[in-house]
Amino acid sequence: MSGLRHGWGKPLAGIAAFAAAYLVVGLLVQNQYYQLMLTLVLVWAVMGLSWNVFSGYSGLISFGHASFFGLGAYTVTLLLVKFDITPWIGIPIGMVVGVIAGVVIGYPTFRLRGHYFALAMLAYPLALLYIFEWLGYQEVSLPMKREAPAAFMQFADHRVYVALALGLLVLAMLASLWVERSRFGLSLNALKQNEAAAEAAGIDTLAWKLKAIMISGAMAAAAGGFYAVVLLIVTPVTVFGMLTSAQALIVTLFGGVATLWGPVIGSLILIPLAEILHAELGHRIPGIQGVVFGLAIVLVMVLAPEGVLPRIRDRLARRSKPLAAAPQVDGPVAIAAAARRAPAGEVLLRVSNLSRAFGGLRAVQDVSFEVRKGEVLGIIGPNGAGKTTLFNLLNGFIRPDAGEVTFEGERLLGLKPNRICRLGIGRTFQIMRPFPRMTVLDNVLVGAFVSERDDDRAVAAARQALARVGLAARADSLASSLTTVELREMELARALASRPKVALLDETLAGLGSQEIDRLLATINSLASEGLTIVIIEHTMQAMVRLADRFVVLDHGAVLARGKPDEVTRDPKVIEAYLGKKWMANAQH
Amino acid sequence: MNDFAVVLENVLQVLTAGLLVGSIYALMCVGLGLIFGVMRVINFAQGEFLMLGMYATLYAFTGLNLGVMLGSYIGPIVGALIAGVVLYFAGLLMHRYLLTRVTGIRVVGSEGEGHYPQLILTLGVSLILANAGLIFFGSMPQTVRTPLSTTAWEIGPFIGDHVSVFLNKARSVAFLVSVAIAVALYRFIGRTRIGKTLRAAADNPEAATYMGIDVDRAHSIAFALGCAITAVAGGLVATYYPFQPYVGLDFVIIMYAGVVLGGMGSIVGAFWGGLTIGLVQQLSTLVLPVQLQNAAIFVVFLLIVLIRPEGLLGRNVERT
Repeated sequence: MSGLRHGWGKPLAGIAAFAAAYLVVGLLVQNQYYQLMLTLVLVWAVMGLSWNVFSGYSGLISFGHASFFGLGAYTVTLLLVKFDITPWIGIPIGMVVGVIAGVVIGYPTFRLRGHYFALAMLAYPLALLYIFEWLGYQEVSLPMKREAPAAFMQFADHRVYVALALGLLVLAMLASLWVERSRFGLSLNALKQNEAAAEAAGIDTLAWKLKAIMISGAMAAAAGGFYAVVLLIVTPVTVFGMLTSAQALIVTLFGGVATLWGPVIGSLILIPLAEILHAELGHRIPGIQGVVFGLAIVLVMVLAPEGVLPRIRDRLARRSKPLAAAPQVDGPVAIAAAARRAPAGEVLLRVSNLSRAFGGLRAVQDVSFEVRKGEVLGIIGPNGAGKTTLFNLLNGFIRPDAGEVTFEGERLLGLKPNRICRLGIGRTFQIMRPFPRMTVLDNVLVGAFVSERDDDRAVAAARQALARVGLAARADSLASSLTTVELREMELARALASRPKVALLDETLAGLGSQEIDRLLATINSLASEGLTIVIIEHTMQAMVRLADRFVVLDHGAVLARGKPDEVTRDPKVIEAYLGKKWMANAQH
Repeated sequence: MNDFAVVLENVLQVLTAGLLVGSIYALMCVGLGLIFGVMRVINFAQGEFLMLGMYATLYAFTGLNLGVMLGSYIGPIVGALIAGVVLYFAGLLMHRYLLTRVTGIRVVGSEGEGHYPQLILTLGVSLILANAGLIFFGSMPQTVRTPLSTTAWEIGPFIGDHVSVFLNKARSVAFLVSVAIAVALYRFIGRTRIGKTLRAAADNPEAATYMGIDVDRAHSIAFALGCAITAVAGGLVATYYPFQPYVGLDFVIIMYAGVVLGGMGSIVGAFWGGLTIGLVQQLSTLVLPVQLQNAAIFVVFLLIVLIRPEGLLGRNVERT
């Protein structure tokens, strides 16, 4: 089942029911303190959702969401104080500031991965904190507007704030739901699990990350702006401080990361707990809130790293239904018959004088060849000949030092992998790069987004691609449960789903048994006879002779020979490269 | 005194201050760098270990009356070393009961995602320690007070009666101790059996396991030692810098900046990185208002990670 195909009805009903119930409670509560707490729970739930939309789905952990929260809070506050602009307008302006901050922070920082990204995100709010202190905004209070309080979002009846916060939460949840249930969420999930594979499959990873942080920034800024309105006072430490960033992350991870309800549940549990303890013990035990949040996150990481909500769901699911048996794999496939193919047509891909060195190692030197429409070109060569580097140059993972690649007359140099994929060059990997925690269908769906703008049609295209490689029966299995040959087939299907004109297959047959090789060769042969142009890397000649129309032989990064299979396999230079000089001497006698 | 002499004196003063402060930063960076180098774990709570080191030094210094017993030169040093020992055991406990659940050989080799649980877990520990510190130590700023904190040696004057450089005594002592400990650690890792174990575990944990090296124990030692070294550095800072329980956050960024600058994983790099950050911080006072000093460090840190994430001494490794 695909992540895209869940209906919207159930979650929408859930959100409506939750909002109605919360509103009833909010209206019944008379005590101002509890009204404030009900409001804050929602503010932090929005903040958690904001963090989740970005970090939860994309896997890029942000330690700096206070940047957006604080900028929202200060935008609303300063607009009101300096220009007399009501928060009704100030909050939307704050959200725009949040979006801009998302781009300004995201664009340079997305070049970083892992640790570096998390640490860099930490520095932004802390720098902002000191800058706002230096600007003299240590403590700014929102002026009371007695003449027209409602016009300035000031209400004597604090239940109005609960209702407003609830509205904000519903909007944030709808935005999250839209992200989660569309290609947006699936693309983020794909780049979370394997960024290189997502790029190669045509996902513009930078664009999706930017979109995610823009939405996230707007949500956090709205939460911050509203927080300022409710508390009527803003200080750099409360809005830009470490605890603010940490709380966004903690309520989400506590409730359940990358789930719609996780941040809401985390916030419902942790915020009242921290607030009540603070109110009861705060004067004697300062800092109790921080201890609560710290303990909460430590306990969750140690006891239930996936969060409270998924843990409960798992329990319930395990009780209600036993796991369905995995579907049987298809039986052995008939041995590949060398299919008749149309004669090779015009040049699709032209590689001219391509070179790339890593330090002193010249991995690819002065390589030129062309790929004609409809042919199967085998690139062979011993280990370390530069074959995979050549593919990485062709699909944009690395840039050449010199040379030129053109595809249908268009220059490819400098294009990102996702652009090259969109132009019609699909690829698979020698070391397989599945998205392990996604279903097989979703894996392939990621590739189908390139060819189909409509999500439903993309699902159909993905199913079709799975059928072409004979993997339709495994569509709903998790990719991590597949065998090696099935993973190879799935990568092939992912490449096919983008409807490529050329498919680059990197040692697709490596590590397979002879039956499996036969099965995969049959598949590749049938793709070729359907008219797909294929460039395939192998170092075992035997299999390649049955598949390729033409060979390019690489050795030490340079082209050693090229031509028809029987010519190349008889070429003494090729035999020498494969078997060594000594063997050559023996062969001649 | 003419303008040139004033500028010269300022620059010299700032440079020496940068060198002194930088060497202490270098020591704390070495602590963080050791942990990262061996375990590939970024310890978010490193700043809090520094803070605990400060309080441990303070309590050892006042509780044992070290100032009177050993004098104002040796007293604080002994206090800081005691703090180091105490925090060594705290580090052992934290590794044993918390970190082993999210670290170890399974995680070391993985990139990206596998490391987030550690970062988040140590963030939790950092929140707990900072706020527990507030509960137990109070929010009043403290220092390890000796006459050295407020006195200085004068070097110079170089030009006539002008252009002197003043070396704050507390900072100068801290400088010497920092360099001594860093050198001792370097030799320890380079020459002893335990040091070799640590390097093997850092280099290739799997292969080390096959060679009969207890990688978990190596991690445990590296983590505890890293905490202890940072705590000693904290104790040295405490002699000239007022601190409160939230002080860790200011320093943790300095440590990250130094470690990243030196190239993550390199302990020697961490030392030079920390020294550089100290110089940058002090030099920034020439052009920036004091309130922006910390902001300047964050900006420098951002520039370093954005422009050269592999560090100044690191190698650029491309992988696909």
